[in-house]
Amino acid sequence: MEPTSTHHRGLHRFAIVLVCCVILLISAGALVTSTESGLSVPDWPLSYGSLNPPSWWTISTVRAEHGHRLIAGTVATLTVILAVWIGVRENRRWVRRLAYLAVATVLSQALLGGLTVLFFLPTPVSVAHASLAEVFLCLTVTLAVVTSRWWRRAEGEPATVPGARRLFDVARVTTGLVFFQIFLGAVMRHSGAGLAIPDFPLVFGGLIPPAFDFPIAIHYSHRLGALAVTAAVVVTLVRALRLPSAAAGLRAVAVGLATLVAIQISLGAAVVLTGKAVVPNTAHVATGATILATSLLLTLGSWRSARAAVPSSAGAVRDPAFEGTGAQSASRATAQPNPSGGG
Amino acid sequence: MNKYRFLTFCLLAVSLLGIACGGGGDEAAAPTAAAAPAAATGSGAITGVINYANGDPDTAIGMDADPVCVGLHAEGAVTEQVVGDEGRLGNVFVYIKSGLSGSFPASADKVVLDQQGCMYNPHVSGVQVGQPVVIRNSDPTLHNVHALPTANAEFNKGQPFQNMEFEHKFDTAEVMVRFKCDVHPWMNSYMGVVSHPFFAVSGTDGSYSIENVPAGTYTVEAWHETLGTQTMEVTVADDAAAAASFDFASAG
Repeated sequence: MEPTSTHHRGLHRFAIVLVCCVILLISAGALVTSTESGLSVPDWPLSYGSLNPPSWWTISTVRAEHGHRLIAGTVATLTVILAVWIGVRENRRWVRRLAYLAVATVLSQALLGGLTVLFFLPTPVSVAHASLAEVFLCLTVTLAVVTSRWWRRAEGEPATVPGARRLFDVARVTTGLVFFQIFLGAVMRHSGAGLAIPDFPLVFGGLIPPAFDFPIAIHYSHRLGALAVTAAVVVTLVRALRLPSAAAGLRAVAVGLATLVAIQISLGAAVVLTGKAVVPNTAHVATGATILATSLLLTLGSWRSARAAVPSSAGAVRDPAFEGTGAQSASRATAQPNPSGGG
Repeated sequence: MNKYRFLTFCLLAVSLLGIACGGGGDEAAAPTAAAAPAAATGSGAITGVINYANGDPDTAIGMDADPVCVGLHAEGAVTEQVVGDEGRLGNVFVYIKSGLSGSFPASADKVVLDQQGCMYNPHVSGVQVGQPVVIRNSDPTLHNVHALPTANAEFNKGQPFQNMEFEHKFDTAEVMVRFKCDVHPWMNSYMGVVSHPFFAVSGTDGSYSIENVPAGTYTVEAWHETLGTQTMEVTVADDAAAAASFDFASAG
């Protein structure tokens, strides 16, 4: 049994800011690969032996790589601040552990970024760097969600949303498919297979490549993955739209997810048809990360809506802010003691 | 249990840091020990002209990535892949590919690869295994020097300030080693690393001359960045120049 601490609006908003920064960081990383600037700063952790290499802002390639590093440093700092904040304010042990895991992940991610530079962008390391970025994004999204007032309020409510369980069942599969699709995209990107199939929507004028090698196979897999994700998102959307009006938030998230997928398919086509032009190539990665965050949000939301509420006998303390009239008190949250000591 | 997990994590982190710190190290290695006795140079020569039919003009380089580079080329800059007077081809690396016996000590003369005007100078060059190569930044902007050999060790070093330089020696013969600048993607240079001093690079008039060649029969190869390679059997006599001209043509 876990006690419920009061919601802390500032902490939740800080977590949302961090999520936005992580998506910005992933976008900056995509710009690095799209402009092939990954080795334009040859050393690490410093850049040309300093924290502020000369004229870095005026040279586009160095601006992309060094800018990515600066954003990464900012994100790492924000993550540590969030973890400390959660460590002080949050009495759910699993949330605290999640925050500490986020710190460990962002530091590991920085190390992978350094290794891929020092070893001249080996594909496995670069793919690991790209994939761990998405794992880190998922961690920050989760922290933002579970520190929200809605999440804490749902913990104290006995009723579940009809149909939420069915939505959760498909949403979690969708999230898994999206992550795997991003992984395939990272392998394709870092093995230089982005144009291995030069036409779109057909494949060498047909539906199946006439011959297979690794670049064609990974590119083709990414296209098939897009079909699978699209199908999963459609099913998710249908189930979300069947939820009662009380779950309008979940329905809106599902509509947003479907919209993002439509944009993403267009961007994927643009990447191929423009010969990997920088703007669509970068936007494709950024949108992919946003899709993953949105799908995870829907998964967590449907899970919370379907989950049986924590009995009040568990020691839950209802925050007046939850009643909709005491928002001010929410920002003065005080951590509750954790009598069970467990999470 | 938690203590062991923490210890394992620390060990893993230290190991990865160790790998990271070692990854960008100085790769310059001692020259390969000569197994064969030192051979003497000769009095012959190999001379010739590189001809080029249906030449493709070099194309303009967009240097917008760095305003300093734009400022250094008020009249614009063009690629150096195909340079030469009418019907001739420069920047062709010509060397004795096989037929030599013995070993040839590396020259102590330094080969300079300069970065001038956001271009590598020279665009094509040659060096002996173990001969010092000085790589210099003469530009008022930063460069990185990224060598992409396949037989030697790859390296990538930054030169953020003007007049910085470092020295490097290749320890294995390799034709060609490509250099690139990731900051300025148009910057490329090619260096032929051979185990002997019998090589030359054609000038804009297409001519080249390899001096002090011992008498003998050799396979001579001519390498060009985009047009590929050609080989020719050449017999060299003492105190005479053997002619070896090559005719290149673009596929188009």
